[in-house]
Amino acid sequence: MGTGARTAIEVRGLRKSYGEVEAVRGIDLSVAEGEVFALLGPNGAGKTTTVEILEGHRPRTAGEVSVLGFDPVRGGSAYRERIGIVLQSCGIDSELTVREVLDLYRAFYPHPRRTDEVIELVGLGEKREARTKTLSGGQRRRLDLALGIVGDPDLVFLDEPTTGFDPSARRRSWELVSNLRSLGKTILLTTHYMDEAQHLADRVAVIAGGEIVAEGTPETLGGRDTAAAIVRFRLPEAALEADLPAAVRGGIVPDGGLLTVRTEDPTALLHALTGWAVGRGHALEALTVERPTLEDVYLRLTGHRSEEGGDD
Amino acid sequence: MTEARRTPLTVLLVRQVRYQVRTFRRNPVAAFFTFFFPLIFLVLFDALQGNHHVTFAGQTVAFSQFFTPAIAVFALVTSCYTNLVMTTSMARDEGILKRVRGTPLPAWVYMAGRVGATVWVGLMSVAIMFVIGVAAYGVRLYPHTLPAAIVTLLVGAGTFAALGLAVTGLVPNSEAAPAVANFTILPLTFVSGVFFPVGSGPTWLQDFGKVFPLEHFVNAFGYAFTPGVAGAGFQGKDLLVMAVWGVAGMVVASRFFTWEPRAVGGRRARGAARGRRHGRAGTAAARSED
Repeated sequence: MGTGARTAIEVRGLRKSYGEVEAVRGIDLSVAEGEVFALLGPNGAGKTTTVEILEGHRPRTAGEVSVLGFDPVRGGSAYRERIGIVLQSCGIDSELTVREVLDLYRAFYPHPRRTDEVIELVGLGEKREARTKTLSGGQRRRLDLALGIVGDPDLVFLDEPTTGFDPSARRRSWELVSNLRSLGKTILLTTHYMDEAQHLADRVAVIAGGEIVAEGTPETLGGRDTAAAIVRFRLPEAALEADLPAAVRGGIVPDGGLLTVRTEDPTALLHALTGWAVGRGHALEALTVERPTLEDVYLRLTGHRSEEGGDD
Repeated sequence: MTEARRTPLTVLLVRQVRYQVRTFRRNPVAAFFTFFFPLIFLVLFDALQGNHHVTFAGQTVAFSQFFTPAIAVFALVTSCYTNLVMTTSMARDEGILKRVRGTPLPAWVYMAGRVGATVWVGLMSVAIMFVIGVAAYGVRLYPHTLPAAIVTLLVGAGTFAALGLAVTGLVPNSEAAPAVANFTILPLTFVSGVFFPVGSGPTWLQDFGKVFPLEHFVNAFGYAFTPGVAGAGFQGKDLLVMAVWGVAGMVVASRFFTWEPRAVGGRRARGAARGRRHGRAGTAAARSED
């Protein structure tokens, strides 16, 4: 986070217990104004609990929480005028039309966006006069998004905004989030999709077992940028493993068909490998160099915990 | 930030009532139970008993003169209590209440909007009963007791709405709501003098009925339509009992009412409720599970 940027969300030592069970066990978070921050974590990790505490839906057991300068529990209407909440599981009055629902909700806010503008923004122009009960799942999610931004909030909570979307609908939603970002909005996003976090988030935190286990930019999370690289290629038919240069042989890890080599220094390894191949007249088929993907890092950080069950 | 143009709360409240009434109007099933159910009772019982006289408040009155106010009370209670319990617990299961809770709209404005809409619909229903009663069955209205009738109606509406919110706070989900709402109100109608004056039943049953607010509501409202009532026709004791129940309802509601869907039961009910309405239970439920 750059110095001088004001803080939108500041969390210190947040804890939440349900009876004996401690769902959140000491979380620290700091999100700057205008930042897109993604919370990743398996079900049951404490992700939803954390976000709902920030939204003011739930009291906390211990810790300091300040969102836009408010304590969410005591912020009341003054706080809620400045946030927009897009939850997964919130219903919409099913007998009202898209326009009616937005007209109804926009009046709660002191400086709302225009209904027609928001309808166009989320691409529901053709469904303007349709009852909300006739909308498809994806259209309902877009109306959720519209209701979250109709109050022109400074901070938007997006809870898995594209779950269940087809790829093109997802791209459209991503554009919308990018638009919000360029307007200077702060966005707290939870998601299951690593490509979504990679595409949208300035910073990412991974929650597991009620704690933050890693935090960073999507590029550096969990030491992704400095982690060992994986070089893969097919061993030429005319060559044996024993023929390979020592630098290459030393890093081989057993992995089925292709030869897989782990290295801290891919530049030197490739130099040795390709020099050897060119010198002997071999072609290296299927040659690739990979850093661990965000998903690799995520799976390593969260281990087996995704089996633990429901969060909300 | 541009200059704030906050909509006055009274305007928001009126708008909430209007949108809730609109939602009600667009749902034919709700309209059927609220308007036609009491109407069918009115027509049916008048057809069966129309020539009889009954003893009410120590007077012999024509059946329809007794029955029209009584069934009007039933119609009001159907809207302010039964419907309020069912629609509010449904809205809670679907997460509509939770969504509203995340907006700047004050909670009391939203709840007052829901209550106001059920009272409005209930009063419409009462009006329909009297239009039919006066036009078809010769029911007589007495101007000097009309203020008492209106006050009684409003106290009763408030009482049963408060009880409705209390029961909504206590029922686990919208699947249980219709059963609980009907089970608490329908047996009471028989011991509270809705279908026949309580004077004709055994004493213990009369005493049992008098514990609850419905008997007092029927009695106080019916009294304002009894021929030969001297004075304004206010039944202070009945109104007091109703008010006590109303306050008790508010206390229970403020203690137990929640805005979030209830744990596991609520989630299941939410999927089921969406399925009933949209025929898409599978996708909706699956989405909320992950």
